[in-house]
Amino acid sequence: MSERQGTGSVLEGLESGGIQRQIVLPWSRALQMTRENIFVRLGRSAITASGIFLGIAFLSAVLFGAAAASVKARLDLTELGLEHEAAELQARIVWLAAMSLLVATVGIVNSMLMSVTERYKEIGTMKCLGALDSFIVRLFILEAGLLGILGSIAGAIVGAGIMMLAYMGRIGARGVGESWSATALKLGGTEIPLWLSILLAIVIGGILSIAAALYPAWQAAKMPPAAALRSEF
Amino acid sequence: MSVYEYIVRTKDLSRVYTMGDTKVRALDNVALDIRRGEYVSIMGPSGSGKSTLFNMIGGLDKPTNGTVFIDEVDMAQLTASELAFLRCRKIGYIFQTFNLIPVMTALENVTLPMVFAGLTTEDAMEKGIGLLGTVGLGDRYDHKPTELSGGQQQRVATARALANDPAIILADEPTGNLDLRTGKEIINLLKQMNDEKKVTIISATHDLKMIDVSDRVVWIRDGKIERIEERKDIDIQVGQMEGEEE
Repeated sequence: MSERQGTGSVLEGLESGGIQRQIVLPWSRALQMTRENIFVRLGRSAITASGIFLGIAFLSAVLFGAAAASVKARLDLTELGLEHEAAELQARIVWLAAMSLLVATVGIVNSMLMSVTERYKEIGTMKCLGALDSFIVRLFILEAGLLGILGSIAGAIVGAGIMMLAYMGRIGARGVGESWSATALKLGGTEIPLWLSILLAIVIGGILSIAAALYPAWQAAKMPPAAALRSEF
Repeated sequence: MSVYEYIVRTKDLSRVYTMGDTKVRALDNVALDIRRGEYVSIMGPSGSGKSTLFNMIGGLDKPTNGTVFIDEVDMAQLTASELAFLRCRKIGYIFQTFNLIPVMTALENVTLPMVFAGLTTEDAMEKGIGLLGTVGLGDRYDHKPTELSGGQQQRVATARALANDPAIILADEPTGNLDLRTGKEIINLLKQMNDEKKVTIISATHDLKMIDVSDRVVWIRDGKIERIEERKDIDIQVGQMEGEEE
């Protein structure tokens, strides 16, 4: 600009109701910033994602074990007391799955809290550049979602993969293949095949990550910039 | 909207921090008027309240009492969005610790405020390269902050502060983390912006090198303004300046 700055009121250009159009963070740019944040600090991102990775790996292993057990039972051709054992097994499976989900949640919440807190100074700086509170939340949600999905997929692959190898010896390669369509979970009468339950686990992992990041990100966005900038990280 | 003489005005400005049972008066009824295009240095020892005053004027923190007027608009009356607009378009900030985003290159740092202001990527890049050239870093646009020296980082921060052609630049101890020579470069850069672009510069500092380029110096101590001096009334001998302790 070659014209003199400082002419005109400081609030010139502030049309009422037009604020949302005046300050923008396009989703494409937000996504680019998120990718940079994740991949430039790959090590740190991996640690953040490890909580979800381990939780979903455990859950996937549990689910695979449940499906493989029913295949094994069929192969053993044992009919005596089968139904009773099956019901007991199912109850244990649901309990184990719930526990692993709880463990995953604790890990994710911790990771996301750390991830937000160690960037208070960055958040304060961005607010000084004019970022709206919603931008800060948007950036952290994107990062949490991306890390959550990637971590869940990796966890599912490793968790189920290890179990597949373990069961090779017991039920053979064909048995392992059949496990994927066998029932892993029985929830209120509905039988959920293994492949679907693992898919659900991945989706839940992503949703949990986003939910865990939401509150800390919102808190951090609301802070007065002076307080955020005072952080020592 | 008409143009006002005083771009920043504070009235009965106070900030009290409550820590347990003790109350600390960081600012005590400060009244300060700053004209458009002025270069004002707020000077005082550590704990004098100059950073608190900086935070008040920049809308980074809320006062306990009193008002800050930017172009006669009460900052407390602004919504969060309007404040963000102010910070994006009208005020540029420079900090002692540079505060660049570590995962972004120099150019990305400088163009970030432009992204918020809605500039297209090409326009932002072009303007960003131009600004980096103005501060003497045109060839380091793709360097990350870790690959730049302190002085270079502060120059990137200065370019960033100018991203959306602000009316005011607020600098909190801009030379605090820099050596003598680099500090002087930054001060000269700020003076250049003040002269060429008529940007109002408000700097909180305890660096005496600032005095020479300021139009007025506000001396602050224990949260109160001790005195305000015009540059021409301050007697500085060049010889003493060089050896001055900070």
